[in-house]
Amino acid sequence: MQDLATTIALVLSSSVRLAVPLIFASLAGLWSERAGVVDIGLEGKMLVAAFAAATTASETGNAWLGLLAGIVASVAFGLVHGFAAIDQRGNQIVSGAAINLVAAGLTALLGNAWFGEGGRTPQLDLPASRFTPIVWPGADTIATVPILGPVYHDLISGHDILTYLAFLTVPLTAFMLYRTRFGLRLRATGENPAAVDTAGISVRQLRYGGVIICGILCGFAGTYLSVSQAAGFLPQMTAGKGYIALAAMVFAKWRPIPALLTCLLFGFLDAISIRLQGVVIPNVGEIPVQAIQSLPYLLTVILLAGFVGRAIPPKASGIPYVKER
Amino acid sequence: MSQPIALPRWADLVLVPLLSVVTAFIVAALVVLAIGVDPWAATVSMVQGSLGTPEGIGFTLYYTTDFIFTGLAVALAFQAGLFNIGAEGQAYMGGLGAALVCLNGGSLPSWLLIPLGIIGAGVFGGLWAYIPGLLQAKRGSHIVITTIMFNWLATTLMAYLLVNTLREPTSMQPGTARFPAASIIPSVQSVLAGFGITTVETPLNLSFVLALACAVALWIFVWRTRTGYEIRTVGQNATAAVYGGIAPSRIIVLTMALSGVLASGVAVNEIMGVQNRLLLEFTAGYGFVGIAVALMGRAHPVGVVLASLLFGILYQGGAELAFDQPKITRDMIVVIQGLVVLFAGALEGLFRRPLASMFAGLLPARQPPTGPSTPPAFLEPASEEAEPAVAQPGAGVI
Repeated sequence: MQDLATTIALVLSSSVRLAVPLIFASLAGLWSERAGVVDIGLEGKMLVAAFAAATTASETGNAWLGLLAGIVASVAFGLVHGFAAIDQRGNQIVSGAAINLVAAGLTALLGNAWFGEGGRTPQLDLPASRFTPIVWPGADTIATVPILGPVYHDLISGHDILTYLAFLTVPLTAFMLYRTRFGLRLRATGENPAAVDTAGISVRQLRYGGVIICGILCGFAGTYLSVSQAAGFLPQMTAGKGYIALAAMVFAKWRPIPALLTCLLFGFLDAISIRLQGVVIPNVGEIPVQAIQSLPYLLTVILLAGFVGRAIPPKASGIPYVKER
Repeated sequence: MSQPIALPRWADLVLVPLLSVVTAFIVAALVVLAIGVDPWAATVSMVQGSLGTPEGIGFTLYYTTDFIFTGLAVALAFQAGLFNIGAEGQAYMGGLGAALVCLNGGSLPSWLLIPLGIIGAGVFGGLWAYIPGLLQAKRGSHIVITTIMFNWLATTLMAYLLVNTLREPTSMQPGTARFPAASIIPSVQSVLAGFGITTVETPLNLSFVLALACAVALWIFVWRTRTGYEIRTVGQNATAAVYGGIAPSRIIVLTMALSGVLASGVAVNEIMGVQNRLLLEFTAGYGFVGIAVALMGRAHPVGVVLASLLFGILYQGGAELAFDQPKITRDMIVVIQGLVVLFAGALEGLFRRPLASMFAGLLPARQPPTGPSTPPAFLEPASEEAEPAVAQPGAGVI
């Protein structure tokens, strides 16, 4: 019984860990698209953030400076996307695809040129250069208590600061979007920019606001990958997480709380696919890892096809705003 | 500013893409400089490596072949106003089709097995694009998101098949057994040898000729047939197409399926022409290069072939550059590719607007360019075209 509770708590705890970058990134996409800027460049921004964060953390030995560098790099790429989408009225899909390509090439290229280890950054072995788990008070003493012990010890306690921040970002996003003037205006910009413009509010500024918040959150997501979860940067270490986050955002129909739940579900799928590797289940046989890995993509396709309710995006997302129309 | 940006046709077709590419290369040169390598030396090394020797030229044209296929695939979808970001997955699934035919057709003669293999690739690649097309046309799901998801579905499906089902039992490497000799597409070197011309051995094979034939066929199809006209009409304005008696949903499904067939040409070149077995991740990002190629080539077959040649030079030259300059890896090509997509695709207005005002000062007022080679509406920034909200069923569903 105690073993089962521990196993469940451990699986859920690793689901949480795997969900953290998805939570940050899908909220990032949500902010951008709610403001009317489609962003398929989440993957690229996460990747540059992961690289910048790991490089800075290894050079300075300070994880917080790494986070700052990750955010700066990600926002810089976001501003390129914003410039193309908002000021140049360029195609936002093309711009996002370009950002993913440049990020993939540039991080591997610079990593190799600077460190000469096949694109990796040096291992972050100083304790201060990584975000380390925070053990909550009494976690070790309570660990042996049935049910409650494993839940408190493994699931609630023992994550790093970015994990708790990710969970905090969700209500914060919901509050800002639905309960503040800025949020109302930003959502209106994604639905009906002409109305926002008529009210004398700058569509351009609000859209840049959405793009910058998106960049900051992608900075958190990327930093988590290279400075918390792993001890350094590996080329292509995002491995499609940006697209899964995009899928989660669509699946959550552009709403923060459902986005959190979807990311947790996708994190859980990831955790059990790792856990089930090579395990033979009676009467079923071995479940292919790939079958579980493909579920988020499959679910998104099914949702988009309208088989489980409609996914209706912000009306003006992806459409450049022209003032005099 | 909401007037269409009117440019003389030559400026639209030549000057704008040229300026975009030059800007992309200038930024790339800055990256090379930042690494501490002389950009001029890098350029010389790339050009010599790709065009300086017969072997280099062979490799360049072999890469070009892949890019013509994926570039044409993306370009055809552009003509219908569709953004096919899934050429990578379609090419990958095309490989499965080709492999299933080649592995099971061991007793067939070459003249039968090779065409059957090509058809197998086309059917699988086409189907992998047909489904997203169908979902967009009938259910309104956005083609971009669906094709992205289909890329990942193809990756996981092929990983499963190549590790568990199709793997040669004696091999540790995920991949199928070797194909029968009859399925191997002759290399250009062996064909030339038949005419008494001796050349060095390169991966260049007759798929190159097939790619060029596809470019010609695509030009005839899009600009000289009724269906091609319907595709372009849907791409320019789906609402107007409906008034003209065209069913956009039929055109969307058809265009996507054909786009997938074209993308599967990568499988023909790679696994029937060179590898002779199906390997994990043989597509190596060629599907994404197709986006850059189609944007640079203004979605026109001639432009696509020229842009493919440029990317072929970059790929082969990039390999040589990585050899000459250990500080620069082949990732440099991905950076250049991304910059080309950025400047030729998303930041085109940077060049179009100043050019337009320049020409407006030089020339009397003239109509926007019309004619068979007018780039599709998709390539223009959306705001400068007809009401974007009605451009596509389900547009903006992201």
